[in-house]
Amino acid sequence: MRQATGQSRSPGKSIMLTSGFAVALAAVLIPFYWLVVAGTHSTADIFGSPPPLLPGDHLGENLASLQETASFGQVVLNSLLIAAVYTVCAGLVCTLAGYAFAKYRFKGRNVLFGVLMLGLVIPNQVTLVPLFQMMADWQWLNTYQAVIMPNLALPFGIFLMRQSMAALPDELLDSGRMDGCGEFRVFLRVVLPPMKPALAALAIFLFLFQWNDFIWPLIVLRDSGSYTIPVALASLQGVDDTDYGAILAGTAIAAVPMALVFLALQRHFVSGLLAGAVKE
Amino acid sequence: MTTSAPQARTAPPPARRKAGRQRPRRSGRRLAPYLFLLPAAVLFAVFKLYPIGRSFFLSLYKSVDGVDRYVGLDNYERLMDDPLFWTALRNTGVILVIQVPLMLALATGLAVALNSALLRARAVFRLGFFLPMITGLVAYGIIFSVLLNQQYGLANWLLSLVGAGEVPWLTDPLWAQISLGLALTWHYTGYNAVILLARLQTIPSELYNAAAVDGAGAWQSFRHVTLPGLRPALLLTTVLSTIGTLQIFDEPYILTRGGPDNATLTIGVYLYQNAFQYFDFGYASAIAYVLAVLIGVLGLIQFRVLGDKS
Repeated sequence: MRQATGQSRSPGKSIMLTSGFAVALAAVLIPFYWLVVAGTHSTADIFGSPPPLLPGDHLGENLASLQETASFGQVVLNSLLIAAVYTVCAGLVCTLAGYAFAKYRFKGRNVLFGVLMLGLVIPNQVTLVPLFQMMADWQWLNTYQAVIMPNLALPFGIFLMRQSMAALPDELLDSGRMDGCGEFRVFLRVVLPPMKPALAALAIFLFLFQWNDFIWPLIVLRDSGSYTIPVALASLQGVDDTDYGAILAGTAIAAVPMALVFLALQRHFVSGLLAGAVKE
Repeated sequence: MTTSAPQARTAPPPARRKAGRQRPRRSGRRLAPYLFLLPAAVLFAVFKLYPIGRSFFLSLYKSVDGVDRYVGLDNYERLMDDPLFWTALRNTGVILVIQVPLMLALATGLAVALNSALLRARAVFRLGFFLPMITGLVAYGIIFSVLLNQQYGLANWLLSLVGAGEVPWLTDPLWAQISLGLALTWHYTGYNAVILLARLQTIPSELYNAAAVDGAGAWQSFRHVTLPGLRPALLLTTVLSTIGTLQIFDEPYILTRGGPDNATLTIGVYLYQNAFQYFDFGYASAIAYVLAVLIGVLGLIQFRVLGDKS
């Protein structure tokens, strides 16, 4: 019945369905709109009656307050740096491993892949305490590497890459080998170029994952100068006299690059996610 | 020179190829996957496998006056008698039994509609409904906690316009659970719809045509064509949602800190409290292991129930 053939058979039904969806979408998007509005008002205004429904002129003061209470400039810098380095390093680790699983038959392949997928199923909380102790022993608390290193070999990323690489024809790789390329050059010159959409999807995913990650940075970053954005925002919340104008301005700012990246590359993101998600 | 170089590349002398190059290249090919896997394997072993093992070891110890003492299964026994653990388990179970099925039903409807030719501007809707999924948990936790403020929040103000009374969204135990469910649904429905939508697009349209020829209505073709076709994706979303729900931490931590009156205390929050507020690592590790076993058992059951026929 509902194949997307592009032809609407009944205009009346179509308009009803579309307007119903428009209402639902508006409801889903209200929090975003409201976030932007609230971030530009003072806390007193936000909790006034009636609440503000249009953007105000308090953004500057909110940002100044954020800078003062949470060194927000440093926090944004921490987040950007951690997310960027993580994306590049984890991208490399996951792509190499995904390629090995997708394109080579070797002894122990199934066992290794099975062990890796165990990582998808075992809850992260199981490893939190020992990981924290390791970081403390190595004196890595409050460092960037403490946030970055433990999740570099991300099972989901490896899975995603394996699925995408599996679609690459073997003949292409063999032709590279015929041309005298070594295995790593084949990977670099033959495999990577056509994988650009999948790599874009992986990169967005990794960046968002790290940008938004909360519990692990919360645990290893103990000094407010090393906080990432989510940790800093959460630390501001719940203190007496919480400055919600400032927190919401910070939240809105944190969401802007994310939304831009997503809007620009969403086609890759969704299709890349699907490649990893649906194959059985 | 200009002619000999490409020639040597495309057609090397057979003798040279056999003797000099093919063997090392083959062994390179044998070694290559292990080299490619090396970084991932080392990192995974150090930062995942070792902590998983270490966690079990920790769960057998108890820290007394700063000294770790082996206590066997004491931590697990303590869990069984800990009312807070059972509260956390029950709260997590409620989300699992009520919120997850509702959300997956909603996601299925959303995916079907997003795939329907009757819907105009499908691209806009797809994008819009998926936006919440990229929002960080802390960000949306903060947004919701302000929106749902009892006295001053936008939600209650909107309700007051239609004459409804104040809803104690985050301060009443039952409403706090409902609020948590709403926030979770808002965040994850789009994500699940993406997975279901992809699967939906692989169902051949001939099946729908055949159903129509047999006189099936919209509901019947949904029930007999769409749902069976969706089975693998439904299994995946069910398993992922179950794993995610059992581990749930960020939302209750940000929205309610597990309150009021422990109504939104989940296993994830309770584990965090024990580990990083009371520094009772042994007990926290025991909770983590019970959680891991639960996830394993539930995952297996779901595979059995949903996975068999495909």
